[in-house]
Amino acid sequence: MDLPTFWFLAIAFLFIGYFVLEGFDFGVGVLMRTFGRDDAERRLLLNTIGPVWDGNEVWLITAAGGMFAAFPHWYASVFSGFYLPMLLVLLALIVRGVAFEFRGKRDDAAWRARWDWGILCGSLLPALLWGLIFANVVRGVPLAADHEYTGGLVDLLNPFALLGAATFAAVFVLHGAVFVALKTTGSVRARANALAARFGPVAVALLVGFLAWMLIGVRRDPAAVGLGIAAAVAAVGALGANRVRREGWAFAGTAAAIGLSVAALFAALHPAVLPSTGDPAGTLTVANAAASAYSLKIMTVVAGVFLPLVLLYQGWTYWVFRRRLSLTR
Amino acid sequence: MDALDVARWQFGVTTVYHFLFVPLTIGLGPLVATLQTLWHRTGNPRYLRLTHFYGKLFLINFAMGVVTGIVQEFQFGMNWSDYSRFVGDVFGAPLAMEALLAFFLESTFLGLWIFGWEKLPRRIHLATIWTAALGSVLSMFFILAANSWMQNPVGFKMNPETGRPQLTDIWAVLTNKVALITFPHTLAAAFLVAGALLVAVSLWHVTRRPDTDAGEHRFALKLGAWVTLVSSAALVFTGDIQGKIMTEVQPMKMAAAEALYQSEQPASFSVLTIGTLDGSREVFALKLPYLLSFLATGSPKGAVEGINDLQARYAAEYGPGSYSPIVPVTYWSFRVMITLGLLAAAIALLVLWSQRRGRTPSNRWLLRAGLILPLLPLGASTAGWIFTEMGRQPWIVFGELLTRNGVSRSVSLTEVLTSFLAFTLIYGILALIEGRLLFRYAKAGLPPPKPKPNEAEDDDVPALAGAY
Repeated sequence: MDLPTFWFLAIAFLFIGYFVLEGFDFGVGVLMRTFGRDDAERRLLLNTIGPVWDGNEVWLITAAGGMFAAFPHWYASVFSGFYLPMLLVLLALIVRGVAFEFRGKRDDAAWRARWDWGILCGSLLPALLWGLIFANVVRGVPLAADHEYTGGLVDLLNPFALLGAATFAAVFVLHGAVFVALKTTGSVRARANALAARFGPVAVALLVGFLAWMLIGVRRDPAAVGLGIAAAVAAVGALGANRVRREGWAFAGTAAAIGLSVAALFAALHPAVLPSTGDPAGTLTVANAAASAYSLKIMTVVAGVFLPLVLLYQGWTYWVFRRRLSLTR
Repeated sequence: MDALDVARWQFGVTTVYHFLFVPLTIGLGPLVATLQTLWHRTGNPRYLRLTHFYGKLFLINFAMGVVTGIVQEFQFGMNWSDYSRFVGDVFGAPLAMEALLAFFLESTFLGLWIFGWEKLPRRIHLATIWTAALGSVLSMFFILAANSWMQNPVGFKMNPETGRPQLTDIWAVLTNKVALITFPHTLAAAFLVAGALLVAVSLWHVTRRPDTDAGEHRFALKLGAWVTLVSSAALVFTGDIQGKIMTEVQPMKMAAAEALYQSEQPASFSVLTIGTLDGSREVFALKLPYLLSFLATGSPKGAVEGINDLQARYAAEYGPGSYSPIVPVTYWSFRVMITLGLLAAAIALLVLWSQRRGRTPSNRWLLRAGLILPLLPLGASTAGWIFTEMGRQPWIVFGELLTRNGVSRSVSLTEVLTSFLAFTLIYGILALIEGRLLFRYAKAGLPPPKPKPNEAEDDDVPALAGAY
């Protein structure tokens, strides 16, 4: 395998990690206000993700940094091309991160309610937008021969991308509900379980629809089809496990469904990294977007040493905070 | 006004804003870790209470640093995509390393620290705050290495096919002499801010609430004042070396710092010049002979090149155009940086003196000055960044790429204006909220001596010391 292909896989891995991990904390963020009935419940939900959400977000920072280093053109075209969605992602992540930290700093119902809205919007909006962005990446966007984006905002709001947005958000909410059922006790656990059972089929239907459209209507690739089918199976398995209240398996199922779906998306994309629907010469591929061999070699050594370490200590964090949380009023 | 101007303003505003929070994160982290270490070593609850108190201020500030930092990473691609295409092969590596080596450490171990008070063995818990602090310091190194490459590009060759720099030596990029001196300088600036915060907060408590936790606050006051003094000394020392390196690699920046139009040998340092600053007319000038020569070259008789000679040299090398920055901006930001930094040191010294042998500082002016003390190093580091970034202009990568050629061509004025206004608005609101929260918690004082015990026996309960 050549280095650019390796780095394509590495970037895919980083985004898989990002969506599997931040996926559930986006979900919990959406549920906090809508599912949490009072302040005690909301605090409980918040504390399930409290120790880990910031570490989860670093997967995004690393994925973006990795794109910049390994595929400068990909990074440049995606971030400047998806300008307004990226802007909204940033604003949402700002409000959300600050809201987590500031919410409990004053004993004032109105203050907390405002930050709860911030957490809701700050979690829902990026979930939708990442769906919109990644659906457009795999579908392709109008690019000029020099890889500059030539479309407008309207080009990004096509039906496939809107389905992508709805799918990402719905699956993350399901992932979050399953996570809450896994991490809590008593009535909250039972209600989260029931919510996942009721809402799950909707999310899974959206996911299957999105994957089918992507793999039949957008790009045909046998490996991607295999991954897509596996993702659908994992999603259905998660629903089954949730029904019999095997929460660990249900969470493994939603995590696998997200991971495999993102893998299918990257497999369908390969060997392009950003297909052009405008000038065919504008299409960015693994080959023409990649950094130099030396640069990739350095990055490979660094990632080879440090990524396993990151997995180790982040894994340890989840182990330290493995106990279920219960309500204290 | 075009998209380029707005993109530049946005970069300036968001970077300066980001760097209001960064120094406190980087400087306060090790100080909180030190307090916790003192508690660990002595078992004295005073240090534990101070750890919790300053830990809270640290966290309120930390959140802002993180979220405004993501903006910086995205902004290169969003507003400066041609810059990103041009430099990605070199500049991307330190950025990716920053995330992989530093941000993961910082965020993961900080999560463990906040929520791990009752979950982790004491020693391990202490190690988490030190590890998080190490992550912050590492992140500073990598981003400064990236920035230093823009000031003094090294470790690359031009690829003749693409016309873009190609990394040839990562070690040269990471040991860029500009990076090696900017790192300790910026680190000292971070400690200056953190030390000043300790002085201001504890001075307020010592003088306004003399009956509450006087011993604890006096300790913090002394610690803060010493940190401020030692960092100021480190800033002067590193700044001096930095000046000489700058003269060597970016002589135009040094000339612009001094508004030195004609080359001089020996060159005198302008303490204050009132005039047109384009060198045509001087109304009033106070100059110290030989000093600029010494600052720039290390020898009192050294020659210092002026803007006019450098302009002629660069025009011959890079083609016609103006190669000098906006001189009033560099001239004044350089002076503001130095003045505010020295002023902070002087106030810290006076505060330290006024509380010697158990005395309580009482001079009204000194108390006022002590309370606004953190604003001085914040102003100084802001001025320092404005100086070093504006002093590099018109280059975005010195000698290799002009700023105007780095902007995103596909982004319209409306888009970048929307983004600029949105950030300015949200940053303004958050600054107010953050400032008020910091005040509130700083005034509230230390937590009660014994932290509240868990409400239930079971450790399933989320009533952890640091939980939301």
